[in-house]
Amino acid sequence: MSEYVISEIKRDHIMNLLKEGRREDGRSVDDIRDIQIMTGCVESADGSARVKLGNTEVIAGVKIIPGTPFGDTPDSGVLTMGAELIPMAHPSFESGPPGENAIELARVVDRGIRESGMVDVKQLCITAGEEVWMCFVDMYALNYDGNLFDASNLAAVCALRTAVIPGEQYGKGQNRPLPVTCTPVSVTSVKIGNDLILDPNFDEEMISSARLTVTTDDKGNFRAMQKGGNGSITRDELNLCLDRAVEKGKAVRKIIG
Amino acid sequence: MSGHTDMVLVDKKGVRIDGRKADEHRPVHIEAGVLGNADGSAYLEIGKNKVLAAVYGPRECHPRHLQDPTKAIIQCKYNMQAFSVSDRKRPGPDRRSIEISKIIAEALEKVVLTELYPRASIDVYIEILQANAGTRCAGLTAASVALADAGIPMRDIVPAIAAGKADGHVLLDLNKEEDNYGEADVPLAIVPSTDEIVLLQMDGNMTRKEFDKALDMAFGACHELYDVQKAALKKRYAVSKEGDEDE
Repeated sequence: MSEYVISEIKRDHIMNLLKEGRREDGRSVDDIRDIQIMTGCVESADGSARVKLGNTEVIAGVKIIPGTPFGDTPDSGVLTMGAELIPMAHPSFESGPPGENAIELARVVDRGIRESGMVDVKQLCITAGEEVWMCFVDMYALNYDGNLFDASNLAAVCALRTAVIPGEQYGKGQNRPLPVTCTPVSVTSVKIGNDLILDPNFDEEMISSARLTVTTDDKGNFRAMQKGGNGSITRDELNLCLDRAVEKGKAVRKIIG
Repeated sequence: MSGHTDMVLVDKKGVRIDGRKADEHRPVHIEAGVLGNADGSAYLEIGKNKVLAAVYGPRECHPRHLQDPTKAIIQCKYNMQAFSVSDRKRPGPDRRSIEISKIIAEALEKVVLTELYPRASIDVYIEILQANAGTRCAGLTAASVALADAGIPMRDIVPAIAAGKADGHVLLDLNKEEDNYGEADVPLAIVPSTDEIVLLQMDGNMTRKEFDKALDMAFGACHELYDVQKAALKKRYAVSKEGDEDE
């Protein structure tokens, strides 16, 4: 992603607009793009969602299969997340195993969902110490126009909310909904010059110096954060990001329903 | 963060299992210039963590397609040695170490004057010899000293430390038990001369108030670590001033 070049003229244009608190697509600095959610779009998955955040598009699918638990958590199910930045989503994405950007993306989404306790892994135990449900969430970027973090989080959360444990398929009891307890929402800000904006599009993301993703739970408590980029943020800027993450998190949670 | 224990992590007097108070970090020891071949190096201990950092460069950038015609790139490899944890760690990079390497390189880029070395690479190697929670911060703290030891022009050196929450208390510099059974962890790295944040992560569960308190503690401790980093560099180069060493 980082090798992609934005022309100086475009950079200047975006920065000049920001001086007046405006953005290319008409949003204000703390507006997020329109969200479209389509759940259940893949029948072969046990839960799925295709999400659009402006022109950024991500699909997430859940597969739930029986497996052996980890030794240190014998009575808990397993939650695993992966992300791929496939070449169809952007000319700068190359095929091959996930690189550091895809790994960071998956791990930040994973952290928000895991630490919020969204999936009640205790209820995924089949036989303690022997067999548990393993829940795999795989996210694929389909169209990249900035802010894959929030789009992927949204897709993963929506896919999990609609996921069904396929008990009948494996002779392990009846099908039942995946036990979910809350709706973690991530809100990403980036810093361009000395301005902080929410939900950057591709051009904005490319010229930004630092990024901060903040994931909140239903109570507005913080569950995960990740600062990225070569730039820095001040304590005051951090506080602004946190305030916005709580406020916008609430709004997005309403959209999810 | 996910485990559960009956262990009392903070007693009624506010004392932690290793005898520390809430806002106290573990004893820190840093030594600069500990390896022969590297252009710069540092050894760091914080509590039971033992970390080696080495810097090579600026040197030719490999693979070459990563070259940046406007500045040097910083490539970081954070690696946990197989014997650094109680179960043997499978050697080689995993997703965790790739993520940590990325954010450490990004934190260092803010302070290194990379624009002085177009097309070059500055390679930072961090090896965790023994891990006891807080290794990414220990690694970054050591790497900053190693960069300075390599004579690479920098705006400042970067100290890093984590704060977190265990047994409902906001604590500085979590140890292994507090990290495993605690409720939150916030690694932080700053540029001390400006108090800018260059690395920040958080996981667990914290209210705004708790988070602010944790950040206050971590900022304070970063400034303390900064003094230890500077002392290590002074100690290293005080020797050559007396003419005992060719540097």
